[in-house]
Amino acid sequence: MSDAIVLKYDVPGDDFTRAGEASSDIKQKLRKMGIPPEAIRKVAISMYEGEINMVIHAHGGQITVEITPEDVDMLLEDHGPGIADIEQAMQAGFSTAPEDVRGLGFGAGMGLPNMKKYSDEFSIESEVGVGTTVHMKVRF
Amino acid sequence: MTIRELADKGIFKVVCAGDDTDREISGVFCCDLLSVVMGRGKADAAWVTVMGNINSLAVLSLTDMACIVLAEGAQMDAVGIARAETQGFTIFATDQPIFETAMQIQALLDA
Ligand SMILES: Nc1ncnc2c1ncn2[C@@H]1O[C@H](COP(=O)(O)OP(=O)(O)OP(=O)(O)O)[C@@H](O)[C@H]1O
Ligand SMILES: [Mg+2]
Repeated sequence: MSDAIVLKYDVPGDDFTRAGEASSDIKQKLRKMGIPPEAIRKVAISMYEGEINMVIHAHGGQITVEITPEDVDMLLEDHGPGIADIEQAMQAGFSTAPEDVRGLGFGAGMGLPNMKKYSDEFSIESEVGVGTTVHMKVRF
Repeated sequence: MTIRELADKGIFKVVCAGDDTDREISGVFCCDLLSVVMGRGKADAAWVTVMGNINSLAVLSLTDMACIVLAEGAQMDAVGIARAETQGFTIFATDQPIFETAMQIQALLDA
């Protein structure tokens, strides 16, 4: 895959002043590459929600993004507390966000539903005490 | 109506003027829950909210909305103002409630 660009981001945990940097950076790069706006929007939404979840719920993590001529592949890995009931976490409106974080505008329980809705491929694996891995793909 | 034209009406306080003041505003969007805004915010809309922090700026930028209008006397925090200035985002503010603020903008867009 000589045409693929691979980018890695360290997402700092609990630092809201830097949250969204990785997604913003990817968005800018895709724009420069001339990717269609609708695909960029889907990547921006999916990745931002994943990035923020790592900051709020998992004390940070790592994002690996692979851009090919056909799609953007996003792998989000964290070693946070994990999710006990993924089906429940995926429900619109479900949130365990603490009160202070809600005061910043988070905690609608729409992050995971947005990620599923706006990515063309979505999978999530999680183990309590080990961490969470989210894999998403957006096709151009 | 462009961002500059809205600023020139003098109905809102200009917190950060922004770089792209010739940008056309089309539509108004109201919500304070960031992931709802992420999912539904429309490009080029004026976003009326009470959330004045660095995270609302990230959402503004990722959704390509035109500007933030802080209603209800809400303020942008210092980190947010610094970020808005370096990134060239436009932020207005008003003491009016969200609904009245949105109606004011819509009336100007309809005029
Ligand atoms: N990476 C993660 N590690 C641990 N728990 C997570 C992670 N991502 C999501 N969760 C759990 O799933 C719940 C739902 O996540 P979702 O993103 O949908 O909503 P939220 O983050 O609580 O609020 P919003 O995204 O609307 O601001 C979270 O409240 C949290 O309990
Ligand atoms: Mg979330």
